[in-house]
Amino acid sequence: MLGSSSTRFGPLAVLFHWTVFLGVFALFALGLYMTELDYYHPWYNSAPAVHKAAGILLLGLVLLRGAWRLFDRPPAPLDTHSTLERWTARAVHGALYALLVLVPLSGILIATADGRPIDVFGWFDVPALVSGLPRQEDMAGELHESLSWMLVGLASLHALAALKHHIFDHDDTLRRMTLRPLRSPPPAQGDKP
Amino acid sequence: MKQRLMPLLLAASLALAAVPARAELEHYVIDTKNAHAFIQFKISHLGYSWVIGRFNTFAGGFSYDPRNPAASKVDVSIDTASIDSNHAERDKHLRSDDFLDVGKYPKASFVSTGYSEGAGGQGQLKGELTLHGVTRPVVIETRMIGHGKDPWGGYRRGFEGTTTLKLKDYGIKKDLGPASQEVELFLSIEGVRQP
Amino acid sequence: MNTSATSAATEGAPPKAERYEIDIGNMHASIQFKISHLGFGWMIGRFNRFSGFFDYAEGHPELDRVSVTIETGSIDTNHPERDKHLRSKDFLAVEDYPEAHFVSTRYEETGEDSAILEGNLTLRGVTRLVRIEVLKLGHGKDPWDAYRRAFMGSTRLALKDFGIEYDLGPAAREVDLYLNIEGIRQAEAW
Repeated sequence: MLGSSSTRFGPLAVLFHWTVFLGVFALFALGLYMTELDYYHPWYNSAPAVHKAAGILLLGLVLLRGAWRLFDRPPAPLDTHSTLERWTARAVHGALYALLVLVPLSGILIATADGRPIDVFGWFDVPALVSGLPRQEDMAGELHESLSWMLVGLASLHALAALKHHIFDHDDTLRRMTLRPLRSPPPAQGDKP
Repeated sequence: MKQRLMPLLLAASLALAAVPARAELEHYVIDTKNAHAFIQFKISHLGYSWVIGRFNTFAGGFSYDPRNPAASKVDVSIDTASIDSNHAERDKHLRSDDFLDVGKYPKASFVSTGYSEGAGGQGQLKGELTLHGVTRPVVIETRMIGHGKDPWGGYRRGFEGTTTLKLKDYGIKKDLGPASQEVELFLSIEGVRQP
Repeated sequence: MNTSATSAATEGAPPKAERYEIDIGNMHASIQFKISHLGFGWMIGRFNRFSGFFDYAEGHPELDRVSVTIETGSIDTNHPERDKHLRSKDFLAVEDYPEAHFVSTRYEETGEDSAILEGNLTLRGVTRLVRIEVLKLGHGKDPWDAYRRAFMGSTRLALKDFGIEYDLGPAAREVDLYLNIEGIRQAEAW
């Protein structure tokens, strides 16, 4: 089964989660790196091209994840989670989803500011839907940078919280987002073998 | 005839000497409203072709005295953020602190300090260019394109000019390679005479 | 026919031109025009969108050719109202003729760095032979592992020749075109 149960995330959700995690941090690092490159650096042109193309693919993945979530209800919060923890987690998750969409969208607005499409590894083009706004590339650039920092900041907070649950609370908060067995498996149900 | 004209000419030349040239100084506003003026730049790309761009927003004026061109004055202010090389992402980079740093230096300006005009309208315009917060003297090789009445009741006069700037001279540290140390400016300025 | 080292080296195999795509991705090319304004100043503009390629064979100018397509609606003189007028039927009639084309018919080197390029320019639905003065600019590897070659060209067109009858005055019957073209060499596969 690919879906999630009431106690843990399903393999598909787990795959989405960690791919998006890797993608976000890799693209963030690449973004910081490529904007510092000297003109004569061999990657001066290719690094931004890869950043854009990979960013588009990551956005696609995030949208697929969102669609999957409509069918696949995540497990309920652990009983050990406090009300404060539940509410903070909800808020952070919501913000993360919003940023995962807004960061690539703002990036698309930079690259397509004068109507140029974005070439995704030669497979397909993402056409410019919004272009020619006054100083679009600058506004979108500022937005892309600050939203990216927010995304990475919140994702780090999210990760630290998961580690806190894992290391200090010894609960399954982190484990249920992996493929490994839970520490405290749910009590056997009638239909269990 | 000649004798009757003499005192008149004398009086006229005395009058001219008393108010030297002033009466002839014509004031022009650069026609940016209808974009009959252009500030373009050109810089080598790797020593192969050129990156050509322009500043879309600027304003200014000049005074010109046909009898005494040396009295002419020019004053131009450029909105640095209006740089446009037909590539939005490159323009974004050119506006950043690697190049023009438009957040800190939103204006570039040119104020003339001297002008000399030779035959055929060729001239040399000297002045101070402030760019990226650095003010330096520059000499612009100019040519008067023409002047005369326009069809809409105005009077126009146009000049073109070129000059070359070293990026380093203006504190632009970003190095684009040996072929791209200098940028060439091309100015095409048409002014409308003010009443 | 030719006893140079190049032809000796490629003896047996017919000479082959290298294809270069114009670098519009990073826009290291420009198509500009300049026309007199009443004889007092200039009106300078450009076409923001175009694409094309050229073939170049060292020592074999007969193989060299150029093909460029310009989006006429992308005309840009830094004045939106004027651009609107230039796109109208008075000038480019971009609705009826959204593209201009140039396809070369002859390339002849006239000196170390100079050449004449002749070809058919189709503008506003009219095709005419034009002659472009060419200046060879540099060529070589770029820092990103590609090979580049660049040319400049200039020519003068009479507006009437292309069916543009709108009268801009005696000083403005002809327009100067300036082409600045940098191409990126394509892999052999083409």
